[in-house]
Amino acid sequence: MSMIGGRNRPIGMRARAAAVGKTAAVKQGRDLDERLGLAGAGRWLLNYIFPDHWSFMLGEIALYSFIILILTGVYVTFFFVSSGHEIIYHGAYVPLRGVRMSEAYASTLDLSFSVRAGLVIRQMHHWAAVIFIGAIGIHMCRIFFTGAFRKPREINWTIGLGLLTFALLNGFLGYSLPDDLVSGTGLRIFYSVFESIPLVGPWFVYLLYGGNFPGNAIIPHMLILHVFVVPILIAVLLTAHLAIIMRTHHTQFPGKGATETNVVGTPMWPAYAAKSGGYFFMTFAAIAALGGVAQINPIWLFGPYDPIRVSSFTQPDWYIGWMDGALRLMPNWETHLPGHMIANAFWPALFMPGLLFTFLGVYPFLEARLTRDYAHHNLLDRPRDRPVRTAVGAGLLTFFLVMFLGGAEDVIAVFLDTSVQAVVWTLRISLVVAPLIVGPVTYLLCKELSAVPSAGFRPRPNVIVRTADGGYEALPAELHPREQIEELEPAPVGEATVPEIIPGTEPELVGAGRVPRGPAPPVSAATAAAPSTSPSAIPGVRQVSREDVVQTPGRRPRGFFGRRRGE
Amino acid sequence: MSEMSDVNQPDTWAEHMAIAARHPRRVEIVVGLSFFLAILSVFALGWIFTQKGQPQIEGMMLFVLFGGIGFGMAAWGKYLMPKGPFAEEREVLTSEENQERFSETFQRGRVAVEGRRSFLAKMFVTATGLMGAILLFPLRSLTDKGPQADGPLYKTQWKPGVLLVDETNQPVHIGTLDVGGSLTVFPHGYTDAADDQTLLIRAATTPVAPPDRPDLEKWSPAGYLAFSKVCTHAGCPVGQYEAQYQKLLCPCHESTFDVLDGAAVVFGPAPRPLPQLPLMQDDNGYLRARGGYGEPIGPGFWSRGG
Repeated sequence: MSMIGGRNRPIGMRARAAAVGKTAAVKQGRDLDERLGLAGAGRWLLNYIFPDHWSFMLGEIALYSFIILILTGVYVTFFFVSSGHEIIYHGAYVPLRGVRMSEAYASTLDLSFSVRAGLVIRQMHHWAAVIFIGAIGIHMCRIFFTGAFRKPREINWTIGLGLLTFALLNGFLGYSLPDDLVSGTGLRIFYSVFESIPLVGPWFVYLLYGGNFPGNAIIPHMLILHVFVVPILIAVLLTAHLAIIMRTHHTQFPGKGATETNVVGTPMWPAYAAKSGGYFFMTFAAIAALGGVAQINPIWLFGPYDPIRVSSFTQPDWYIGWMDGALRLMPNWETHLPGHMIANAFWPALFMPGLLFTFLGVYPFLEARLTRDYAHHNLLDRPRDRPVRTAVGAGLLTFFLVMFLGGAEDVIAVFLDTSVQAVVWTLRISLVVAPLIVGPVTYLLCKELSAVPSAGFRPRPNVIVRTADGGYEALPAELHPREQIEELEPAPVGEATVPEIIPGTEPELVGAGRVPRGPAPPVSAATAAAPSTSPSAIPGVRQVSREDVVQTPGRRPRGFFGRRRGE
Repeated sequence: MSEMSDVNQPDTWAEHMAIAARHPRRVEIVVGLSFFLAILSVFALGWIFTQKGQPQIEGMMLFVLFGGIGFGMAAWGKYLMPKGPFAEEREVLTSEENQERFSETFQRGRVAVEGRRSFLAKMFVTATGLMGAILLFPLRSLTDKGPQADGPLYKTQWKPGVLLVDETNQPVHIGTLDVGGSLTVFPHGYTDAADDQTLLIRAATTPVAPPDRPDLEKWSPAGYLAFSKVCTHAGCPVGQYEAQYQKLLCPCHESTFDVLDGAAVVFGPAPRPLPQLPLMQDDNGYLRARGGYGEPIGPGFWSRGG
């Protein structure tokens, strides 16, 4: 009972009424606990602390997008015909009537034009996919640059990289299923890429595509992979990912009360459940709005796939852009072996990404070995404080960015009104040179930033006041509102309990308005105590403390609802 | 623990348990309003759906529905629930004691493989290992579906004397194209064969050959040239004939081929020239293949040979 009731109090009338209301829930809870023994673990879960920082939301976007992908994906699967069999189209979209196309393409057209809410769900599915992958990418940057991957979380970093890989794969599979002209060209390119794998390449593509390109089996094979095999792999890895997070708990940024051995933030119940649940729905809302008003992958404009047709400016979805760019920037080398050949596409499209992802996968172990740091780390780094890691990350990102630009070399050439050759050669050189410039520059910037203690903080200005006798005085300006708030020491989560509510006094008891919040005297006292340390002291101007000046009661800056958590 | 703090500091955590809102009433109104909007949007969605639907309105209504619930929940959690901050001690993940006791417990299994029983363990490993080997049988069946040495990866349907036809199976006459024109052609009867697609271009009015192979002029009746349309880089259709520069361009990865030099690569990632299809003109003035392609068309693959 103590887990629910907390303290021993004399039971008043109101409390007794509440207790009666509670009994049903308590009884059900007891029934469950007696059978499954859930109360202990349940309490642990309710008390689980989530650190409050916006960057921790990035992974949640990915998680929620995945849920949305499953929900919308099940819906669109009901309408999709996974067949490359060719038919003549007689559907609702007039410009393509009478055109020969695969059943896969025709069913996607029907889903878009004839099924109620079909287009909006299909577009939500596509938007959720690109947001899923984008969120994973940005989430990984956060993990990398703050050192959240360090012991004991190295395994989770590697699992996360696996999640990214499968997300990329499934994104590409889903994008290819409608069998439109753009994605069909992508399938042709990937045929060549798989064909180039040493030893097994030709056999592998024959199995996957069902023979020589275009094959008769690629669409049904892709459907099985897209809706069954890869999603299950993602779900398994995701479960492991979350389980490991729960086991090791979240990392946290240094802050008031935050140590290596605790977690400071919001408990799962009730505030975080409400906020995070709300965040799920807001993610859903953003994707629904995009699915409704922002057209994505309008396959009816591309036309059905036909191996003899292709258009220029054919770009894949952005998350494959870097691989396409690598294919475009690769010099035209082909590796000849006695009796065998490693084709050109193998190096940029499989070998290089494999190398990069392997490097990323082992990076936590590599860094631990190079820095000889095998300790557990629960407090996050500021990127500037780890200049080498930050430089490596910035260099890698630059490398990806140049490849990504390479995927659009034709568009860039037209946009800049120059030749494709000039763009390609610029990017080829940049691919090697730019990371080598960006890395060291980042390193120097980090060193500079960490050497200046006040870097990143708002400079405290002085206000010059003219006195009645004509002199001037410099007063330290009032603090920025964000700096005025005194942070509370965190409370041990298991010990704080709900204050008893006395009838008629709820707002006074629970509202923050009752909490005494003085106009930040400690700051002015501090400046008065050490005026010489004021960073903008002007020689010859007498420093006075704020207490010397008559204060006019001003409106304290605050949000509409009151102060924010971070303040 | 809680009794202790009751006695000593009865209100230690009251401030943490307080809510963050300064004006709870306002928050309640806003949260209520967003839930109300969500409820309204459900009815609006239902109505739109009965009116045969409209993607933009559906999307915006879903936005209001999910956004209303989401914003309401988030504001509720942020302003009307205990504001904290709270802290939780991390559980200790690892201890040497646990590790040692785990090892001791694991040693319990040693009795199963000690002495003569180690032979059983070896038998077991052998049996399961051989069990893995039977995986090779289905693999062998799979390779039956693989590319054969005389299969389509190596050979096309182009053979000596085959008539050139366009997409609609119409034969190509010597007068079909003007200089600077191009057309995708197939061997007669195989207009669906993706690997047989060939780009027929008319580069001039008289036979054309690479400077170092003047003997190949006989492949080019009346200035017609035919190259495999499957790019040697990644297999895209090389469909862009820029007659002004006598170049072929692959729109996928911008590989560029010189028409007058046997489709040699002049730029881009393509490693080899496009294979050339020798042409001839038959007695009725129709174009035919003088022979097949001299090498496998398209991108390289492992078993293609050096």
